[in-house]
Amino acid sequence: MKLEGRVWIFGDEINTDLIFPHNALRAEPEEQCRLCMSDNRPGWSSLVEKGDILIAGSNFGTGSSRPGALILRRLGLAGMVADSYNGLFYRNCISYGFPAIGVKGVSKMFEEGDIAVIDLGEGTITNKRTGETRYGNKLSKEMIDILEAGGIDGVLAAKGYMNK
Amino acid sequence: MGMTMSEKILAVHAGLSSVKPGDTITCKVDWTVCHDMFFNVDGQDMYKGVTHLDHPERCLILLDHSVPAATSRDALGGVYARDFVKKHGITNFIDVGDHAVIHQALAERGYAAPGRLIAGGDSHTCAAGALNAAARGFGPADITYLFCTGETWYQVAPTILYRLHGKLPAGCSGKDVFLYIAGTYGDATGHSVEFGGDGIANLTIPQRQSIATMCAEINAEFAIFPCDAALEEYLRARGDENINPIAPDPDAQYAEIRDIDLDKLVPYVAKPHFIPMNCVPVTDLQGLPLNQVVVGSCSNGRIEDLRVVADIVKGKHVAPGVRFIVTPASQRIYLQAVKEGLVETLVEAGCVVTNATCGCCYGGHMGLLGPGERCLSTTTRNFKGRLGSPESEVLLCAPATAAASAIKGVITDPREIINGRI
Repeated sequence: MKLEGRVWIFGDEINTDLIFPHNALRAEPEEQCRLCMSDNRPGWSSLVEKGDILIAGSNFGTGSSRPGALILRRLGLAGMVADSYNGLFYRNCISYGFPAIGVKGVSKMFEEGDIAVIDLGEGTITNKRTGETRYGNKLSKEMIDILEAGGIDGVLAAKGYMNK
Repeated sequence: MGMTMSEKILAVHAGLSSVKPGDTITCKVDWTVCHDMFFNVDGQDMYKGVTHLDHPERCLILLDHSVPAATSRDALGGVYARDFVKKHGITNFIDVGDHAVIHQALAERGYAAPGRLIAGGDSHTCAAGALNAAARGFGPADITYLFCTGETWYQVAPTILYRLHGKLPAGCSGKDVFLYIAGTYGDATGHSVEFGGDGIANLTIPQRQSIATMCAEINAEFAIFPCDAALEEYLRARGDENINPIAPDPDAQYAEIRDIDLDKLVPYVAKPHFIPMNCVPVTDLQGLPLNQVVVGSCSNGRIEDLRVVADIVKGKHVAPGVRFIVTPASQRIYLQAVKEGLVETLVEAGCVVTNATCGCCYGGHMGLLGPGERCLSTTTRNFKGRLGSPESEVLLCAPATAAASAIKGVITDPREIINGRI
């Protein structure tokens, strides 16, 4: 699986309550997306275009089990790469069909608006402008299977547990 | 090669003789549990398409975040939860009236026990590690999968061992141990955390629960305490007959071993917006004015927490301009607090004693903050906007620090009150 898109850059310790604020918990899905990052970067969510890629620093998604990954996917982002993730958030990425890999130092590789190319199977990210490539974690076959099914609900449907 | 506690529990549940960090394995879990937030949020309704569960007898659903419902949407979540339970034959269902913060329910009602592997739809599920279980949080999608199949994948993480030595001084509790660790060593991202050392014997089970729950805030995969005489006594008082402790192998491999001298600890406070490397001794923040103080949550809503608070506020009064909210972690704790006269003491001191829920902790049920307000809380998170306005501040502490500060109206070292200097 490969992704290519324009990058947005966020820093360290972006927690679930910034991605999916408390007032979004009781909102309709469209409003949930609009409120994404509204406390730390007001107006950003309306600038995201389909296929964009999110780049972040360390401990992205620290916090709650609320599925911030689902919100990021619904915003139209194609995937993300961070220096490191909270483990629960990372699982949410895979299970909600939102491609994500960890690459140490990725947050220093880009300027906002650069184009990134990500190879999920190889665990690499390249900055098309500078030509720099860095290596991170490769997704396991199990994770790629879940992403290719569109998320864990696709797997459940294929196994006969769900009317999708 | 020897295994840590988390490695042993994962290996057993994967049907393997051993596992090591980096392995990806599939485990059958003992319990899959979730609370009302699984049903309360629009756009997260994967569960509605589920046709059948393989093991409904290993599922628990409990309502704890917004009960009784704060909004009609939350009430609808309760309807969905009851429908799901009925449709799929889930007999382990805890409804309003016997409710508890889910992590307290797992402990007081026998779901969490040594050696068990528990999957919870809440990030603080690691709290069950205080009872020598391997427990962690998952999002709604994974919980749906676990409800259906009773199993999921785990990637075995390397383990950091904290060896605790000695005994806590007066005025300090388990929360201070955690805030010291988080403030000194930072996050444990990509790692499990385990505890050992002679000092554990000097920590009560609720203090261990407070530490284990908070390990979610340093991104730990699991947080596990060993099973000792105190835990066995707790389990037998609960009615357990067969106890199967899991101990680490003597030659278990750790990514790091860190020693903590409990005798040298002081009360700690986490400053606003994040926890790792952002905690300081309470003396650094003394005198900071407060609008609200909270004691409660899966971290600090237990009977001994309420006793600490009642002991400090007895015969005194909450400072003018401060709202002091006290939330027991379960109906059973609430009842115990009534029987012990703690509720009377707290109300006489001007505390607001609330219904036993997640309450203020998640910013969705009650006790929210306006712009410019500052809250000192024993709950689990201090994220920007956690309790309402993004222009408000949340600082975290232990119950003694919270109670002393509520009385003074400013952040206060509880040792001053405990030692009779105020």
